[in-house]
Amino acid sequence: MILAAVEEGRLEPLDAVLKTMNRAAGMADPANSLVPFDQFDRLHVARFVILEANTGSDIKAYGVTPFRWPATLVFLGDCDGSADSFLAELVVRSGAGLRQIFSHCEGAPLDQDDLLDWLKQHNKKPAANYINWIGRTVVQVREEVALQKALSAHLRKLVDEIGAEDTRALRQRLLSYLEFEKQNGRITLTPAPRTPPGWYIRNLLHKFGVPLLLLVISPALLLAAPFLALRLRMLERSDPEIAPRPDRKSVYALAELEDHDITNQFSAFGDIKPGLFRRCAVLFFLWLLDYAARHIYKRGYLTRVQTIHFARWVILDDRRRLFFASNYDGSLEAYMDDFINKVGWGLNLVFSNGVGYPLTRWLIKDGAGREQEFKYYLRRHQLPTQVWYKAYPGKTAFELGRNSRIRYGVENRPDNDREIREWLGLL
Amino acid sequence: MAGSSMNMVFDDIQGLARYAHGKLSATSFLLLDVADATAARAWLLSAPVTTAVPVSPLPETALQVAFTAAGLRALDVDDAIIEGFSDEFIVGIAADQSRSRRLGDTEGSAPGNWAWGGQAGDVPHLLLMLYAIPGKLDHWQTTVQGTDFEQAFRLRQELPTHSLGAIEPFGFVDGISQPDIDWEHKQTTNLHERDRYANLLVPGEVLLGYPNEYGRYTERPLIDPVDDPRASILPAAEDDPGVRDFGRNGSYLVLRQLHQEVPKFWQFVDREAGSDALERDRLASLMVGRQRDGTPLIPSSGDPVSNRFTFEHDPDGHQCPVGAHIRRSNPRNGDFPPGVTGLVSRLIRILGFGRNHPREDLVASTRFHRILRRGRTYGSLLTPEDAVKPGAPEEDRGLQFICLVANISRQFEFVQNAWSMNTKFAGVHDESDPLLGDRKPLVDGSATDGFAIPREEGPVHCLHGLPRFVTVRGGAYFFMPGIQALHYIAGQESVQRGAEA
Ligand code: HEM
Repeated sequence: MILAAVEEGRLEPLDAVLKTMNRAAGMADPANSLVPFDQFDRLHVARFVILEANTGSDIKAYGVTPFRWPATLVFLGDCDGSADSFLAELVVRSGAGLRQIFSHCEGAPLDQDDLLDWLKQHNKKPAANYINWIGRTVVQVREEVALQKALSAHLRKLVDEIGAEDTRALRQRLLSYLEFEKQNGRITLTPAPRTPPGWYIRNLLHKFGVPLLLLVISPALLLAAPFLALRLRMLERSDPEIAPRPDRKSVYALAELEDHDITNQFSAFGDIKPGLFRRCAVLFFLWLLDYAARHIYKRGYLTRVQTIHFARWVILDDRRRLFFASNYDGSLEAYMDDFINKVGWGLNLVFSNGVGYPLTRWLIKDGAGREQEFKYYLRRHQLPTQVWYKAYPGKTAFELGRNSRIRYGVENRPDNDREIREWLGLL
Repeated sequence: MAGSSMNMVFDDIQGLARYAHGKLSATSFLLLDVADATAARAWLLSAPVTTAVPVSPLPETALQVAFTAAGLRALDVDDAIIEGFSDEFIVGIAADQSRSRRLGDTEGSAPGNWAWGGQAGDVPHLLLMLYAIPGKLDHWQTTVQGTDFEQAFRLRQELPTHSLGAIEPFGFVDGISQPDIDWEHKQTTNLHERDRYANLLVPGEVLLGYPNEYGRYTERPLIDPVDDPRASILPAAEDDPGVRDFGRNGSYLVLRQLHQEVPKFWQFVDREAGSDALERDRLASLMVGRQRDGTPLIPSSGDPVSNRFTFEHDPDGHQCPVGAHIRRSNPRNGDFPPGVTGLVSRLIRILGFGRNHPREDLVASTRFHRILRRGRTYGSLLTPEDAVKPGAPEEDRGLQFICLVANISRQFEFVQNAWSMNTKFAGVHDESDPLLGDRKPLVDGSATDGFAIPREEGPVHCLHGLPRFVTVRGGAYFFMPGIQALHYIAGQESVQRGAEA
């Protein structure tokens, strides 16, 4: 994630430049001339968003003077492969556009040669990162969409011809058709790229290292637990809840950007509660979350939620603030419904460390369950995402998973009747 | 609130929240504007508005009244009070494009094309609903309106209504499934005890001023009687007895005039059925989720049209398609998918493991998204048999769709958006509600005009090229106040009734 403070007085012109990249409110034109997203065939989603501390003065409720936060331009995306090589590619293909955009920011590079270094210097690593399906590349997504389309259409034809009863024959003819299409280059199923061994080893170390570390510190944690619990309950009783109804105009401005595609973007920004306890808590839970996302929730679901494509949590401003960005299927009302009814406890773990969050008990209870306050809190901390791009419009995370199951059936050809029926039912 | 005080509460609730007035099949729905606020208030104060107190023998007439935000303003209700309502109510159903986009009110159904309620500044002030047994309506209308009615209100429009008996214009029995309102507070809202689907719904999901399914009080206008002594005629707020509850016993009322193209519907189905009458009925019933006589497609214990079923044993939609109208409108889900029996299985599910079916968890728990339907039909009867004949007349027919809710965005808008219009509902493939869908292509150009009928044998049977059968012709969000709140709106000064305990 690249971030840079916007120069005094340059916010409006920046906003105007960002708007030229869109073809509908907030929806990037994939072929826009500044950053032609569609030229990057390993970019899943990307966004430009201006971070402003709209709720920055809430912290006064703690008797703390708000820290200054200049409007800051953020660019983030999710790509296959290494982020560094993606940045390099970005500079090559859209250097001029990026320079024009970032020229509204402090210390922006005037020179193409300095751009890559500058971007790297302004890069900020997330505290936690969630990917719906680790390892599923943009190329794979697109090939599998084409596969599903071709097979579904052909199946309809076959059913008209030979009926629906003989499922083995149907499958056989579908597979032959697929072979034919592949030979004619109309369908490609590129084998998954090999995982670089370095990545594999690092991942393995992380996978076992973190639990090991937890094991090592667990006696200390156990000893400290009563004190931590006491401290937590004290804080939970005194922390102020700040969740007034958000102003109608800003809700309107946010809603204007939503529900053009079946997937929506969400960007939110707020202050972390003052004090060591809360700062440590947010870091600790994000660390666990990042671990869970990397090793456990990497196959289509984050606990009970199957609608999130990508999400990330970034701690900013000397651990005083948290930025959250996600890409989810459905409307915001449905997203909030999932939050409240399915993963309220998980949201509470992280976000209850944010200033003004709906009151929690024992870290996981209430919070998001305070439905109205939670919805207001979320909307009030949400920021308009000026430019948002998704490489496969019209497709939900669930569908991408289903398409992968279709492909799996093609490549593994199950032999029992039930599985064949199920496979045909996917089309 | 004790059980014994039930009747006291019912006399503060408008009857429509408890009864559909089914026997009173003659109706007149009047959209009115306030012409003279003083006269309008005086008229409202003495209007014989029907309450939810049961009477025997059954009444022969009924009267209900509801207001838009503009209507409350026109009657000089303080802005601070109106601001206590939800944003959806204040802004209205048609005022912003993003809401229209979510509701599927686009193209032919866009507010700009509505016959009423679609233009900013063109929202009716109030809705007067008169009900009577056949033959009694005119007399009831004269009685209700009395002498000063013309001075008080300007009639914008009388919405067409015409009873077709138990069926709606496409020919299906309607009004079968409704949530049972839990007036006796038999059921807890405790999250830990509500894993499974139940048809009982707390009153707070229909009426303001009571705990909702989250066990919390939905936002509504509260008035401090110190600032406004007149408010002392209102009931006290249960969760804050120091203030008065303007919302208590009142309900939001969503009204949408839905035009139904009956010949278009049956001719489409007839073509798909190869003009076979039995197959035609079968396909249409798959689109609705019930047969024409109301029999559900899922075997249901009890009498044939009973309502005791869920889709638990039909996860793939082999019996009732996943995209069928009733399955979308009420997926009958619990807070957890089936199979959660104890603490351990619950924990496993909370963490997202142990899914029995890929689609599990895609659809929200139903109890937070129920609506109480109170619609009426309009237009003349056209049987399916006549509708399929070439040249069958396309006339004004449809549904004055009405539902009562306590939270417009979480209930009506959610059902309409996340369920009816959602082209990805429960993992279906690019199709919206077979009856209501707007058939608008997705951003990538994918068509959404299909309807998938999953089959046990394997391949899905897919209907293609569904046209839009239902178009929105008008609509507004109203508030149907409790009786005391109505009297407050009508300007009543002194306490005439015993204050509620
Ligand atoms: C012209 C439009 C419509 C027609 C012809 C129609 C027709 C029907 C029919 C025939 C039934 C089955 C009977 C029953 O279960 O009571 C039904 C049920 C239902 N409809 Fe509609 N409907 C229409 C619009 C709507 C809209 C706009 C909504 C809400 C957004 C809606 C929500 C429901 C619900 C909640 C049920 C009950 C489902 C259940 O609990 O099983 N309907 N409708």
